[in-house]
Amino acid sequence: MMLRPLLPAPVLVSAILLSGASLGSPITTLKSPRVEIPASDLVFPSGPGSEQINGNCLTCHSADHVLNQPSLSKEAWEEVVAKMIRAYKAPVNADDAEKIVEYLATTKGRP
Amino acid sequence: MDRQKFVPHPMTRRNLLRGAGAGSLGLMPVPAWARTMVDFHVPGGPSTRPITTAYPQKGPMVLQRSSPPWLETPFEVFDKGVFTPNDQHYVSWHWATFPSEIDVDAFRLTVRGHVNQTLSLSLNDILRGLPRVELAAVSQCAGASRLYVQPRVAGAQWANGSMSNALWTGVRLRDVLDRAGVKPGARVVRFGGLDEAVMPGAPKFLKSLDLDHARDGEVMIAFAMNGEQLPLLNGFPLKLVVPGWCAVYWIKMLNDIEVLDKPDDNYWTTTGYRMPDTPHGTVKPGQTGYKLVPVTRILPRSFVTNIKSGDTVKAGAPTATRGISFGGDCGVARVDLSIDGGQSWRPARLGDDEGKYGFRQWQTEVTVPSSGPQSIMVRCTNTNNETQPTFPVWNPAGYMFNTIETTHVIAA
Repeated sequence: MMLRPLLPAPVLVSAILLSGASLGSPITTLKSPRVEIPASDLVFPSGPGSEQINGNCLTCHSADHVLNQPSLSKEAWEEVVAKMIRAYKAPVNADDAEKIVEYLATTKGRP
Repeated sequence: MDRQKFVPHPMTRRNLLRGAGAGSLGLMPVPAWARTMVDFHVPGGPSTRPITTAYPQKGPMVLQRSSPPWLETPFEVFDKGVFTPNDQHYVSWHWATFPSEIDVDAFRLTVRGHVNQTLSLSLNDILRGLPRVELAAVSQCAGASRLYVQPRVAGAQWANGSMSNALWTGVRLRDVLDRAGVKPGARVVRFGGLDEAVMPGAPKFLKSLDLDHARDGEVMIAFAMNGEQLPLLNGFPLKLVVPGWCAVYWIKMLNDIEVLDKPDDNYWTTTGYRMPDTPHGTVKPGQTGYKLVPVTRILPRSFVTNIKSGDTVKAGAPTATRGISFGGDCGVARVDLSIDGGQSWRPARLGDDEGKYGFRQWQTEVTVPSSGPQSIMVRCTNTNNETQPTFPVWNPAGYMFNTIETTHVIAA
C-alpha cells in the first residue's frame, strides 16, 4: 500500500542535531533545586504476616509498590521475595520471608 | 502542513524555543484533572491508581508507586502535542536514596577509569565549555505497558504513560570522553548517578554502553529539557540521553562516567533488565531454554490519543482521529489504521517531523460502517521497515511490549 503524498514540506529527517547557537535564549545557568519528596505512610492491611511485611519491606519501597501488583501464584511471590533478599539485599530472615510469602499468596494470590 | 489542524494548542519545538516559560508548559485548567483516580480497566489485579499532585515540580501524575517514585504521564497529555511538558514527564527511580537538593556550584561530573586524564567537570564547564547539541527523543521504560501483558507479571505496573518526549539540550558524550582521552583498549563506558542503594551490599544503579555507542555523537549529557533545567525527579542537573534506547540507560543525576577496559560486570547489566532473545522478545508462559539478552533499543509504537476505549463515535460518518507514534531507534515511516480487525489498513497523515527519535503526530478520518461495538487499530512502521506485531508480546519480565493498540468504541 502506498503512503499518500500529503506532506508538502520537506521532512526534516536528518536535521535532528542542531547547533545550540540556533536557540532563542539558550540556558546558561542552572538554579539549585531544593524540594521535598513525599513520603508514604501507607501500610499493609493487617492479617497473618502483615507484621513481617510491614517490618521488613517498607525500608526500600512503599506499600503501594506491592499493593498495585497483580495477583500472582505462590511460586511467583516466592521468586519476588527471594529476589529482594538475594539481589537487593533485603535483610529478611527465613521465618519472616516465609510469612511474607504467605501474606502475599493469601492477599494477592492466584490459584 | 498546518499543525493547527492536529490539536488546538500543539506544543511544537518552535513555540517552545520562543521562550515558553514554566507556566505555559504546566498544568492547564482542564476539568478532566479534577478527578482523583484513573481506571485502566485491566483484569487480574488492582486497575485503579490515584492521580497525584504531591510531587515537586510535577503536575497531575498517575501514582504507580509513592517511594521511590513511579509517576506515570496521564494519557490525555499525549493528545496535546509531541513534546511532553516537563511537569508531566514520567518519573521512575530504582532506589529511594537520592538527594532532594543539589548545589549547582558544588556539583561535579567525574570522568575516570581507562582515560588519559581524570576529569572533574563543574556544571559551568559543561554549560559553557563544550559545544551544545539539541535533540528530540522519547524516553520510554523497558517495562512500559506491563499492566497490559497477559498473563500478568510482577514489576512496575505501568500503563501506557511511562513514556515522554522532550527536546533535550546538552553536550555530546563523545566530546566529554575526548576531553578525558579514552585510552586504547577501552571497551565500555559505565554511568552512575547520585542515587544510592538503600541496603548495604545492594547494587548501585549503573548502566553501561559499548564505547562505539557512547561515542556515536548522538548520546548526550542533557542539562535542559524543553528549554528549561530538568525537574529534580527527572534527573537534575544532568541526565544521560541515549536516543532510541530504553530509559533504563538514561541515567539521572549523572555524576560518574567510568571507562572500562573490560565488560561491565555490575548487576544491572549482567542480571537485571534482560529479555528473551526471541522474535519480538516473546515466549510462552512457562517456556524455558531460551537465551536472555539485555533490553536495548525501543520499538515502534502508536496510539490513538483523542478517542478512548468506551467512547461513542458516529456510525457511517467520518470521525477525526489522531494520535502519536514513534519509530524507536529510527524514524516513523508510516502509521496505518484498521477498522476491520487488522484485515485491511489505511494510512494516516503524518505530522511534522521534530526529530526521528521523538513522537510524531498523525491524523486521519475514520468511518466505522455500522452501529454497535467497533474497533480502531493503529500500527506504526518505522524507517527500518519494522512494524508493530499483531500478536500479544509476552515475556516473564514484561519488557518491550509493543503489540498493535486497539481502541474499542461504540458506534451509534
